[in-house]
Amino acid sequence: MNDLETFFHSRFGISNETQERLLSTALARGGDYADLYFEYRIKDTFAMEESILKNSSTSVTMGVGIRVLCGEKTGYAYADGFDEDDMSRAASSAGAIALAGGAATPFLGTGVQHPDQDLYPVARPLAELELAPKIRLLEEADRAARRYDTRVAEVRVVLANETKRIIVRSSEGDPVFDSQPLTVFQVSCIASDGKLLQVGIKGGGGRVGLDFFDSRSPSYFAREAARRAVLLLQAEEVPAGPMPVVLGSGWPGILLHEAIGHGLEADFNRKRLSAFSGRIGEKVASELCTVVDDGTLPYRRGSLNFDDEGNPTERTLLIEKGILRGYMHDGLSAKLMQAVPTGNGRRESYAFAPLPRMTNTFMLAGRDTEEEILRSVSRGLYAVSFGGGQVDITSGKFVFTASEAYLIEGGRVTAPVKGATLIGNGPDILTRVSMVGNDLELDEGVGTCGKAGQNVPVGVGMPMIRVDEITVGGTRSQTQ
Amino acid sequence: MKAAGREALAHKVLELALGAGATEAEVVIREGSDFSASVRLQKLENLQQASYRRLSLRAFDGKRAAVSATSDFSMIAAGKLVSDALEMARAAGEDPWAGLPSLESYAPKIPDLQVCFPLASELPVEDKIALASKCERAALEADPRIINSEGAEFSDKLVHTLYCSSLGIRSAYSKTTVSLSVTPLAEWGGSKQRDYWLTTHLDLAKLEPPDQVGIEAARRTLRRLGARKIKTCEVPIVLEPLAAAAVLKHVSEAVSGTAIVRKASFFVGKLGARVASHLVTIRDDALLDGGPGSRPFDAEGIPSKSTVVVREGVLEGYLLDSYSGRKLGFSSTGNSNREPNGGPSVGPTNFFLEGGTASPAEIIASVKRGLIVTELIGFGADIVSGNYSQGASGIWIEDGQPSFPVEEVTIAGNLMDMLLGIEATGNDLRALGEVFAPTVLIGKMIVSGG
Repeated sequence: MNDLETFFHSRFGISNETQERLLSTALARGGDYADLYFEYRIKDTFAMEESILKNSSTSVTMGVGIRVLCGEKTGYAYADGFDEDDMSRAASSAGAIALAGGAATPFLGTGVQHPDQDLYPVARPLAELELAPKIRLLEEADRAARRYDTRVAEVRVVLANETKRIIVRSSEGDPVFDSQPLTVFQVSCIASDGKLLQVGIKGGGGRVGLDFFDSRSPSYFAREAARRAVLLLQAEEVPAGPMPVVLGSGWPGILLHEAIGHGLEADFNRKRLSAFSGRIGEKVASELCTVVDDGTLPYRRGSLNFDDEGNPTERTLLIEKGILRGYMHDGLSAKLMQAVPTGNGRRESYAFAPLPRMTNTFMLAGRDTEEEILRSVSRGLYAVSFGGGQVDITSGKFVFTASEAYLIEGGRVTAPVKGATLIGNGPDILTRVSMVGNDLELDEGVGTCGKAGQNVPVGVGMPMIRVDEITVGGTRSQTQ
Repeated sequence: MKAAGREALAHKVLELALGAGATEAEVVIREGSDFSASVRLQKLENLQQASYRRLSLRAFDGKRAAVSATSDFSMIAAGKLVSDALEMARAAGEDPWAGLPSLESYAPKIPDLQVCFPLASELPVEDKIALASKCERAALEADPRIINSEGAEFSDKLVHTLYCSSLGIRSAYSKTTVSLSVTPLAEWGGSKQRDYWLTTHLDLAKLEPPDQVGIEAARRTLRRLGARKIKTCEVPIVLEPLAAAAVLKHVSEAVSGTAIVRKASFFVGKLGARVASHLVTIRDDALLDGGPGSRPFDAEGIPSKSTVVVREGVLEGYLLDSYSGRKLGFSSTGNSNREPNGGPSVGPTNFFLEGGTASPAEIIASVKRGLIVTELIGFGADIVSGNYSQGASGIWIEDGQPSFPVEEVTIAGNLMDMLLGIEATGNDLRALGEVFAPTVLIGKMIVSGG
């Protein structure tokens, strides 16, 4: 027995026999396939405001999610806790889907493969660490942010840690076990000049231990948040309308996530709901663009040893030199589309059935230097960082909002501007990419993606790129 | 677990907490069941049923507090829950405003509010599937251009809530919610669009007929076909009720006591000042008959009430829990919520902009050239500065008439200016969610397009 097997067995009596019994209950009335997802998650959150550690919380959530597939139909049930009766009832509820009829077809799950990778070998995850070193992180950030500038009026520092232990067991394979640490640290500063209030936020993290903060100190996040808030006090109104836009490296990769990533999740394509449906092999981007989804990057927020259906994660080629190459699959979409699972079956927790989801999505580096790219723009916008984004996968329209952006005038970065939202059309935005930088960076580890009411941690990345035209949702008309 | 079992568990946890040295403590238990059935292209696609439970403890050590939550209802877990909460509370900083609500907060009687209607849980699964199926069929049959669907979903849930504290407060209620929605897809002349419609109520008997929901979803989808970008311009904006509600959601966040005490709101320092046009009255009413957010008491056990937030354009109050209230010098308005991890927060119940007298058609007819916004997407609203810039789709108005569909544009401005710029509110207020609004006309905003 490995450590995790022992953990679930000795603490909760979950043995191989328990799993087999639940699977046979789930499939008692038919069905092609069943899987079990046992989860034990501990989480703690610390929030410091007014230099006082005010809100701390800790939680333990545990339960099992049970799924039965029957043709294209899914039956799903979960139970909170690991009580035998509750789990059996859930297995039986999930299995009720089979009564609704449907052709049985063999399932091509690959749950038998054990991951031989350990992408997050963290000896002591922060969620399992004593309180004192964690509180010191918050105190350091709070001090650094307040010291940055007298206009910093309020500082809020949040540290959230979790360790999620899981067993994924399907009717077609042996159980797989994983322990997934996750930490996120975030500083928000509010700056005031007596008239205006502005907020600046900076955060980072991943599937990391305390040593993460050796390379990215709490003070670094604090100073960045404070700098942004103070900068926005002097920011100008944003010009409205279409213009060339330079996106900085790293977090602006959210463009890829919204504009094309969601549209390439296989469930939307299987059902022909996506603006990208049926377009494999077509040109959807300029030849400078190669985009991948990679769940195998060590310590990254979006990485997993295997996905929530037990399939190993991998690097999936989405766009190669502008040509659409593939979709991101979970087991169900792979089976129904006769494709191979890509390790993208993910879920928020045992309370949800898995769906095709992104892991870490990014564009590979090109050849241009940052200086060349900026110098090429006579009048446009330079967006360095973003808040959130959203997409309508059917029409392909997407938006994302800059949290730090500047005007470019005569090839030079000039005044900061506030609150610019960029809007575009997913299937053609990347065709307007005319320069790609040699400076690929991944984001610092704060991304959370929502789909069908489920939130999962993700990563994004990009080198600096120039897009010849994007509509900027500004507050100042350009003719003024 | 039966009601008596929940109560025994809550008392046991309180006893353990006080025994371990907590000076005050409160327990919230939520337990319930969830059901959903979805049908896509007239075939059953998903069937989901679950029972869930969560216990959260807030423990105080004098002026230090922490929260601990669990889905494990065993006694061993209860012991760990208590020791975790106290360990964290002792590591927290002293906060002069921390503490349970005052006893006087509990003086008003808990309102006798009907929020539990057992009809949905008695309905057989086949009938629930049939409702979703009928709803989707109406959408699919509405027009030959409706060629696909994301499906229709029927869902219902039942939640039992128990609140107990060391002040001797003990209150409980059960609440049901039922909803039915459908998202059809239309395709015509190279344009592919989707939209949705839904009906939601506490009582199954009050849902709109399924075919009516399907037909409305189809109408909303079809009218988007052939949408195009428009040139950048500054024009009047008519927000349809769902779009107006999306804007009002940001207002609800900006008036939350949590945002105010953090000085993270454009409403800071504006109490008693004009923040909106005189046509604007905004309420939070937890007592609204059949309202989606109605409840007899909040997450601190405080009896629910109705609060006027903005009266005829003047900011009259905030949404408060006991902590933010104490800090700002007011009583709680009964707006305490619990986050999933058990932590306290402040949020709206039924938060709405009161309706006016004009019909939506009259409002549209009053605009010579402008944009009806039917949907807003994105995260471009900043409640600290009030900066607002969101993706929009809608319908262009020419000479007071809806003329053609528009997409891939943004509307931008400042939330306060938008509220001040409201020139009409419609007579079509309906509770489509916990935050809702009628049709709203804003005098002028920048629309960015081609």
